Amino acid sequence: MAEAEFEPQIVAFTCNWCSYAAADLAGTSRVSYPPNVRLIRVMCSGMVDPIFVLKSFEKGFDGVLIAGCHIGDCHYISGNIKAEERIGKLKSLIHTLGLGDERLRLEWISTAEGGKFAETIKELVGQLKQLGPSPLRKEVRA
Amino acid sequence: MEIKTGVYICHCGINIANTVDVEHLVEAAKGWDTVAVAREYKFLCSDPGQEIIKKDIKELGLNRVVVASCSPRMHERTFRNACQQAGLNPYLFEMANIREHCSWVHSDKELATKKAEALLRAAVRRVFYHEPLETKESPVSPNTLIVGGGIAGIQAALEIADSEHKVYLVERDPSIGGHMTQLDKTFPTLDCSQCILTPKMALVGSHPYIELMTYSEVEEVSGFVGSFKVKIRKKARYVDEDKCTGCGLCQEKCPWKVDSEYNAGLGKRKAIYTPFPQAVPNIPVIDKEHCAYFLKGTCRACEKFCDIKAINFEQVDQIVEVGVGSIILTTGYDVFNPSAIAQYGYGKYDNVITGLEFERMSSATGPTGGEIRLKDGRQPKSVAIIHCVGSRDKNYHEYCSRVCCMYGLKFSHLIKEKIPDADVYQMYIDMRCFGEGYEEFYKRLCEEGVNFIRGKVARVTDRAISDEEKGKLIVQCEDTLLASLMRVPVDMVILCVALEARADAERVARMFNISRRADGFFLERHVKLDPVATPTDGVFIAGCCQAPKDIPDTVAQASAAAARALAVISKGKVILEASVATVNEALCQGCGRCEELCEFHAPKVSRKNGQLPVSTINEALCKGCGACAVFCPTGAISVKHFTRDQILAEVEALIEV
Ligand SMILES: Cc1cc2nc3c(=O)[nH]c(=O)nc-3n(C[C@H](O)[C@H](O)[C@H](O)COP(=O)(O)OP(=O)(O)OC[C@H]3O[C@@H](n4cnc5c(N)ncnc54)[C@H](O)[C@@H]3O)c2cc1C
Ligand code: SF4
Ligand code: SF4
Ligand code: FES
Repeated sequence: MAEAEFEPQIVAFTCNWCSYAAADLAGTSRVSYPPNVRLIRVMCSGMVDPIFVLKSFEKGFDGVLIAGCHIGDCHYISGNIKAEERIGKLKSLIHTLGLGDERLRLEWISTAEGGKFAETIKELVGQLKQLGPSPLRKEVRA
Repeated sequence: MEIKTGVYICHCGINIANTVDVEHLVEAAKGWDTVAVAREYKFLCSDPGQEIIKKDIKELGLNRVVVASCSPRMHERTFRNACQQAGLNPYLFEMANIREHCSWVHSDKELATKKAEALLRAAVRRVFYHEPLETKESPVSPNTLIVGGGIAGIQAALEIADSEHKVYLVERDPSIGGHMTQLDKTFPTLDCSQCILTPKMALVGSHPYIELMTYSEVEEVSGFVGSFKVKIRKKARYVDEDKCTGCGLCQEKCPWKVDSEYNAGLGKRKAIYTPFPQAVPNIPVIDKEHCAYFLKGTCRACEKFCDIKAINFEQVDQIVEVGVGSIILTTGYDVFNPSAIAQYGYGKYDNVITGLEFERMSSATGPTGGEIRLKDGRQPKSVAIIHCVGSRDKNYHEYCSRVCCMYGLKFSHLIKEKIPDADVYQMYIDMRCFGEGYEEFYKRLCEEGVNFIRGKVARVTDRAISDEEKGKLIVQCEDTLLASLMRVPVDMVILCVALEARADAERVARMFNISRRADGFFLERHVKLDPVATPTDGVFIAGCCQAPKDIPDTVAQASAAAARALAVISKGKVILEASVATVNEALCQGCGRCEELCEFHAPKVSRKNGQLPVSTINEALCKGCGACAVFCPTGAISVKHFTRDQILAEVEALIEV
């Protein structure tokens, strides 16, 4: 029964120029999505330090989303390309830690894609419900 | 120093208060560390709202402020200013977005309140780590770049140039003028398009403050508001602009005929041409793709006849670099190609034409000298005008193109004027006549004996089923007012095609670092309150590149964009980003990774007076993207206002335990 009640908690690092604005657009166009996500505004996806991600899991988040501009559209030219490389490595680390690398997600969402932002959250929430709570979260709670 | 935070929660009317329990947030915040005061208010962004904050800063000695309301993209600047006015460094402020990211997207009040509380808590914890930052200024170039010389670009250029500031107007065609040069008469006043436009074009051509670059395109843009650097390619015309007098003899003598773009393919032009006689500048170009000399190596007829020797086959493209303070994009629109809707028979039947083709046919300067003719030269006795072709149709464009109803009505009038006994049918979904004088124009047309059929056209066919239909185009549609299916036989069909985003709009948007809407047009910063600005400071948009619109709206927007560019100039300085990278020299090993990876060449590793090498950041170049901070192996770099402490404080506050 506990499984059915599980509501995953997600933190999303969103870049100021695209995906944060996409979340704003979802708001202005009243596209709803589950309230399980909380956003942190960063200037660029390339600013997201692996420490932010690891700390998020350590604190008990079940999923971490990093969202930035589409490749080619980064406000700082190549921040998102750097992010992509880094997240690739981070995923394998998270896999090794036994967290399941599906818990870390990278998405490109442009200013115009409020709908895509909402869809991404819905999908991620669904996926995390299947996966169940993060093993670290149990420790934090215990 | 003791940290004293003021927390303010906005109802935003009912926008927030309906879904988030504001009182609960106030009570919760009162219990948190560092919070000296927590209040709620209906509209914090209003003057009295800001006053509450200012008063508290002064009276309670607050040194941190948090506002929970709308998106910081909307009002961060407002509240930062309020803090500054009360003597608090504006960077000691933080905002929690509980409207766009909470009350507008969630409906369960309990869950939304819980989330809003987490967002507020994160802002309060984050602001604890904020530091006062000082902004720096950089000078502004008084020049403006305008891209696209349609009526929007022309209007903006004249407004700015008349204030005696330099404008570079870049137009990719051989002449300025854009679509408006192709139109016959313009609704709703029916004044002749060329008559009102060409004087303005001439002014642009001779204005001492406008440097006109036609047959040119922007290749590269760098820099930021106040000091953009722009590379422009001036394509080779193969005609010496300084020598040519525009006599036109070359065009007469050139033996090669090509479909004329200006006449929408209805007429011909030569391989050396000006698009139309009133072109500005009145200097021809040789179209390399169709010139016999470039294709086959012989001809040079134009060269032989040009007495002043203005033809120069050796000319090459030139790259010109200019510096400007702001940029206005006025690149306009393309028209929808209706062959995509096969059932309307465009491209299949000779006498199915587009609105733009009709404009050229009806115009006195067009290939028929203003005669409305069928392909075989006869005069049409009946014409159907089909609205919303490619607009308001989810298979093509969902939006309304805003001008088609009106130009459709205008066509009725133009046809009736020339062929009084013609039967004209308007096949429309809804008549949208919203502008000044538009409803009156519609009323007038109703009295001119035009037939209105309300319904979407299913197909246009030449398959007659009665004698009356033989040799005609039959328009099959449903009259939704009479609830009956109809077959209307006519001689000519005009398709009111949609206005759509330019085919290269994506490339242009990227080059100037602006966004587009899902429909492809350029996105304004705020649809209601900031309609000519873009998210990139110093880059403005006007006219149909922003969305379909008529000439009056285009001109109004162009003047607005000019005013914004002039505001940048008259301020004379821009405030630089305060959120830049800094190096902790005690930690830096001088490895140079930051120097290698920074796209803006901000970090430099050097030995300061014989010491070990360390990195220093040039703050004027740094954009604060944070790439270096993540890569630095010793953690020596941090970005002001986005420090590790600040972000991790948010992470910790956001989790619900
Ligand atoms: C059939 C038809 C009839 C109409 N009738 C009327 C009417 O009667 N009354 C009315 O008010 N409105 C009418 N309109 C609408 C009118 O055409 C527009 O409002 C107006 O032309 C918009 O001007 P603009 O400058 O924004 O765009 P445009 O006229 O499209 O001008 C854009 C210019 O930018 C140039 N350009 C594009 N891309 C680049 C680039 N990358 N680099 C450099 N230059 C570039 C183009 O060559 C062009 O010169 C009609 C439209 C149509 C289709
Ligand atoms: S990357 Fe870090 S350690 Fe290396 S030079 Fe730059 S600041 Fe110094
Ligand atoms: S923050 Fe970005 S722009 Fe600034 S020095 Fe670092 S990499 Fe360069
Ligand atoms: S600015 Fe959005 S990913 Fe770099």
